Amino acid sequence: MSAAKSKSGDFLLAVEGLTVSFDGFKAVDDLSFYLDPKEIRVIIGPNGAGKTTVLDLICGKTKATSGSIKFDGKELTKLKEHQIVHSGVGRKFQTPSVFEDLTVFENLEVSYPKGHSVMGALGFKRDAEVINAVEEVAETIFLTEALNEPAASLSHGQKQWLEIGMLLIQKPDLLMLDEPVAGMSVTERKKTAELLRVITRDHTVLVIEHDMQFVGDIADRVTVMHQGKVLSEGSIEHVKSDPKVIEVYLGH
Amino acid sequence: MKSSSPLKWFATREGLYYVALAVLLVVLLPLALDPFRLNMVGKYLTYAFVAIGLVMCWGKAGILSLGQGVFFGLGGYCMAMFLKLEASTPEATAIQSTPGIPDFMDWNQLTELPWFWEPFHSFSFTLLAVIGVPVLLAFVIGFAMFTRRVGGVYFAIITQAIAAILTILIIGQQGYTGGVNGITDLQTLNGWDIRTDEARTILYFVCVGMLFLCLFVARLVQNRKLGRILVAMNAQENRVRFSGYDVAAFKIFVFCLAAAFAGVGGAMFTLIVGFMSPSFIGIVASIEMVIFCALGGRLSILGAVYGALLVNAAKSGFSESFPELWPFAMGALFIGVVLAFPNGLAGLYQTYVMPLEDKIFKRNKGAQLEAKPAEKTAEPKPTAEKTPDYDPMIDSYSPEKS
Repeated sequence: MSAAKSKSGDFLLAVEGLTVSFDGFKAVDDLSFYLDPKEIRVIIGPNGAGKTTVLDLICGKTKATSGSIKFDGKELTKLKEHQIVHSGVGRKFQTPSVFEDLTVFENLEVSYPKGHSVMGALGFKRDAEVINAVEEVAETIFLTEALNEPAASLSHGQKQWLEIGMLLIQKPDLLMLDEPVAGMSVTERKKTAELLRVITRDHTVLVIEHDMQFVGDIADRVTVMHQGKVLSEGSIEHVKSDPKVIEVYLGH
Repeated sequence: MKSSSPLKWFATREGLYYVALAVLLVVLLPLALDPFRLNMVGKYLTYAFVAIGLVMCWGKAGILSLGQGVFFGLGGYCMAMFLKLEASTPEATAIQSTPGIPDFMDWNQLTELPWFWEPFHSFSFTLLAVIGVPVLLAFVIGFAMFTRRVGGVYFAIITQAIAAILTILIIGQQGYTGGVNGITDLQTLNGWDIRTDEARTILYFVCVGMLFLCLFVARLVQNRKLGRILVAMNAQENRVRFSGYDVAAFKIFVFCLAAAFAGVGGAMFTLIVGFMSPSFIGIVASIEMVIFCALGGRLSILGAVYGALLVNAAKSGFSESFPELWPFAMGALFIGVVLAFPNGLAGLYQTYVMPLEDKIFKRNKGAQLEAKPAEKTAEPKPTAEKTPDYDPMIDSYSPEKS
C-alpha cells in the first residue's frame, strides 16, 4: 500500500483497485491505471466494458464501491461532483449536453470558473476578463461566429465543440471526453483532432473513443478495457498487435 | 450597466410592459372600480406574489411545488396573529373568562397566551416573520429534498402532502390557531382601522407597491447569471453540476425565494381581506396558485401577474352567477393551457400580439433603430447582462415548444 502511495505521487491521476458493483454486477472490477501530466490517454473497449463508468467514477457521478482515485495527490472518491470540478477535473458527456436555451456566449459564461455560489452567481458581472476568456475559447472551438446564436441552433458537431469549450473555460488540469467524435462528419473529425492537439499542449486528456483511426491520431497511450478490467495497455501499435485485444475487440 | 441611465429603461419594450402594468394597477383600476371591487382586485394581486414565485421556481428552475399555499398561509398567519393580538386587548375582551387573549383561545379553555404567540406583539418581529417563517420552512424542506436529489413529481407530491399536513394541523389545534374558522375579526394595524374603505384603498396601493418590489427582485435574479443557471439546471442538471455548481444550493435558493414572495403575498392577503383561514393554504388553494402561474405563462413574471388577476376575476364572475360551474371552468382552463398553449397568456401574447406591435410601431422603429446602433458603438461590449434580442415576455431564450 505504501509503495502504491509513493507511486501515485508522480502521476496526475492514479486510479487504484477501483471497483463498482451494481446489484452484484461489477461494471468496473479492481481497475488500476495511471496518467502522466500532459498525457493523452484513450480508453477503448467493446460495449459494456465499463469505459463510461470509469469516467463517471472519476467525476463523481457514480460512487465507487471500493478503491481509490487520486488526482494531484487528492482523493476524489469522497468529494461531491462540484468539488471534483473545482479540483480541476472536467467531464464531457457522450451525448452533447449544452444549455440549448442559452446562447453560445452564455453557455461559455455559465461555465466560466467564477461566481459558483448562489450569491456569487447573483453578483456575477460580465466584465472584460470574462468576455476575453469567452472569446478566446470560442476561437479555439471554431465558434466565434456563432457566439450570439442559441446553442439549440448549432449542428451536432458544433455542440460537441461547445461542450469541450465549456470544459476548457473552466481551466481544468484533466479533461475527460466521452466519444468526442461520435456522429461527426469527416471534416468535423479532422477539426476535432486538431482541437484536441491544441488542448493537449496544456491539459491532460482522457478520451473514450471507438474510431481507431482517430485513436491512432491522438493517443499517447491506449488502455483497452474488457469486462471492467484492463485488458491491455501501451502504445497504439502495441495494443493493436496484442492477441488478447484482437480476440475480444478488434476482431481477426 | 443600465444604472447609468435608469430612466431610459422605461422606454425599452420591457420597460413599457412594466409601465403598462403600473398604469393599469395604479391609475385605471382605482379610477374604474368602487372601493369594494378594488379591494377584491387587491386580493387577487396577493395571489400574484405566489405566481411570481412559481415562475421562478417552476417555470425557470423546473421545480414544481404544489404546496405554495403553505408559504402564503404562513405569511398570512404571521400577520393575522399580530393583528389578532392587537384586537385582543384586555379592555376589548373583558367579557372573556381570560381577558387579553384572542377570543378563540378563550372559547377553547386556554387561560394563557401560547409561547409562540408572544413575539407577535411586536410589529417589527411580525414583519420579519412574514418572510422569515416561510423561508425557514422552505429551507428545511429544500435542504432535505434537494441534497438527496428528490425532484420532479416526487417533490410535487411531497409539497402537496405538506400542504395537507399544515391544514390538518391548523384545523386540529383550534385553541392555538383558530381552527377551521381561521383568525378572524381583525380590526386595526398599529391603531389604524383597516376595515374602512379608505384604509382598504391605501392597502391596495401598498399591495401594488410590494408587488412591483417583488417583480423587480425576480427580474434582477432572472437577468443575472443566477437566472441563467436556473434555466440551465432545468434542462441539463448534470451539465450544471459538472460545470462546478452545487445544484442543490441553487434549488434551495429559488425555492426559498418563491416562499418569501408567497409569504409577503399572504401577509397582504390578511391585511386586505381582514382574516386568514386554512382554506387558503390547503391542497386546492395551492393547485389553484399553480394554475394562475400556468395560465399567465410560467416563464414570464409579468404574465403571472395577469394570470392571477384574470383567473381570480373569472372565478369571482363565475361564482357570482353560476357557482356550481366554476370548478369545471377552472379544470377546462387548465387542460386548455397545458394542451393548447403551454406558455400561457404570455406565450400567446408573444406569438400573436407582439408581431402586431412590431407592425404598428414600424414607422417609429426606424428612428429607434437608428438610435440603437449609436448606443452600441458607444458601448461595444455587452455590459448589461442581456442578449441583444432580449425578449421581455418570455425572457432571453425561446420557448421550449419551438
